[in-house]
Amino acid sequence: MNFYGVLAIYKFEMARTKRTLLQSIVAPVITTSLYFIVFGAAIGSRIQQVEGVSYGAFIVPGLVMLNLLTHSISNASFAIYFPKFVGTVYEMLSAPISTLEVVLGYVGAAATKAMLLGFIILITASFFIEMRIAHPLIMLAFVVLTAVTFSLLGFILGIWADNFEKLSVVPMLVITPLVFLGGSFYSTDMLPPFWQSLSLFNPVLYLVSGLRWSFYEIAEVNVWISLISIFVFMLVCFFTVVVLFRTGYKLRS
Amino acid sequence: MNTSTEQTKPILTVSNLNKTYAGGFQALRQINLNIIRGEILALLGPNGAGKTTLISTICGIVRASSGTVRVEGYDTVKDYRKTRSLIGLVPQELTTDSFETVWATLAFSRGLYGKPPNARHLEKVLRDLSLWDKKDNMIRTLSGGMKRRVLIAKALSHEPLILFLDEPTAGVDVSLRKDMWKIVNDLRSKGVTIILTTHYIEEAEEIADRVGVINNGELVLVEEKIRLMQKLGKKQLMLELDQELPRVPLSLADYQLELSNDGRRLVYTFDNQGTHSGITELLDDLKLAGIAFTDLHTSQSSLEEIFVNLVDETS
Repeated sequence: MNFYGVLAIYKFEMARTKRTLLQSIVAPVITTSLYFIVFGAAIGSRIQQVEGVSYGAFIVPGLVMLNLLTHSISNASFAIYFPKFVGTVYEMLSAPISTLEVVLGYVGAAATKAMLLGFIILITASFFIEMRIAHPLIMLAFVVLTAVTFSLLGFILGIWADNFEKLSVVPMLVITPLVFLGGSFYSTDMLPPFWQSLSLFNPVLYLVSGLRWSFYEIAEVNVWISLISIFVFMLVCFFTVVVLFRTGYKLRS
Repeated sequence: MNTSTEQTKPILTVSNLNKTYAGGFQALRQINLNIIRGEILALLGPNGAGKTTLISTICGIVRASSGTVRVEGYDTVKDYRKTRSLIGLVPQELTTDSFETVWATLAFSRGLYGKPPNARHLEKVLRDLSLWDKKDNMIRTLSGGMKRRVLIAKALSHEPLILFLDEPTAGVDVSLRKDMWKIVNDLRSKGVTIILTTHYIEEAEEIADRVGVINNGELVLVEEKIRLMQKLGKKQLMLELDQELPRVPLSLADYQLELSNDGRRLVYTFDNQGTHSGITELLDDLKLAGIAFTDLHTSQSSLEEIFVNLVDETS
């Protein structure tokens, strides 16, 4: 095991966050605050409660999930795409480091950054609303699994992308719409039956529902189904990364 | 074990190496090469000859289509951890992490190659490369020459036995090029085996122990530089004539002399390796023919001429 190699990649990636504090930390805090002002104060004043929870508190898990998903993907995809773009990837390809170790370094750092952001959002939210976390361990499991899984997905995206446009296509055109349509800011009970049924095909619904259950014990799908789904998706992403490295897809000629 | 045997034992062996890219282009053809411990081998070749592909294949960046590469007896595919930790690579392009400091990028490289932190070694590398006062500078603030040194420092951060330098002086001015040659010689004196690619012939002539010529993916030859120049080089004797000569006399036909257009110079090309040049006999015969000369000098063909001839022959 190349422990120092994993640590080198991890520290290198975390150092990038330090250099871009405004973009990495301050921007998401401001965005979250704006969400609370718009959804919590403006719209929330007209929707008193959703399933027994104040609207402001109801949207917190959705906001955390939105940021976890988008930042896990963008952190990991940029982390591998940028060395490809500037050419420094030669060093990783010629180093005595295995696929698993590379993934541990890059995905570990991307997931750590996304989780830190998730907790910053929770802290920010606590200034606006009163909230409780009924099952902290389940919440932690959802946060960790989601961050790791979508960092793996981002890593795949970073390997696949050969320009900056492709890098932003999935977060912008796939993930963000799925999060908004996945019950982040509303309960699917509010939708007509057809749209309720269609929502069940949205994978993000399971994540938001599971995370919300860990907070308020209210869920649209069984929490264990949510946990198993994200776990299976994580395995699929991991083995995809392994196959990409083994075949050298867009990395080794 | 016998020390001299150990020294002449190849540190790197390339056997029957072939590389064909997905599009069908064959970049390497049946390459066989032994690198001797502690030597400087210069790989010469025109653009697109396969120099970088060969280096990249040895280092693991490009996958070989067939053939094997062994470093210290270890296979570079099966025992990649062992072999890669013995190799340092300086790429052709100035690919650096622009927003990192020199120190941070060296520490990253050392860690990536599985070595524990060692500030003393990194300091030594930076001092040897005259980079110590730049250690806290962001790489993007450095000049091109300094960036090239940073890449060398990165490659040396994990204490490799073999260093690959892919066109280390491409686009570098004459002064910096000479600095680079000094760095390469210093590294060799510390026991590092160096393989460099270049298309500056004078570079190979200046620093290499052996020269390999690669063209169209084939290793045309590998030879000690001095022997190569002796073997393939030509020596010429130039005679500046006292009087204009209309044609070479028949009595001198055996010497195959060349007469310049103005009839004022005779050129005699002779065997570089032979013990008998034939100069004495020529001078005697010239005297007999009544041809006087005012000056004479000899010249030896440069590595560049040898290289151009080889490439032309194999193209």
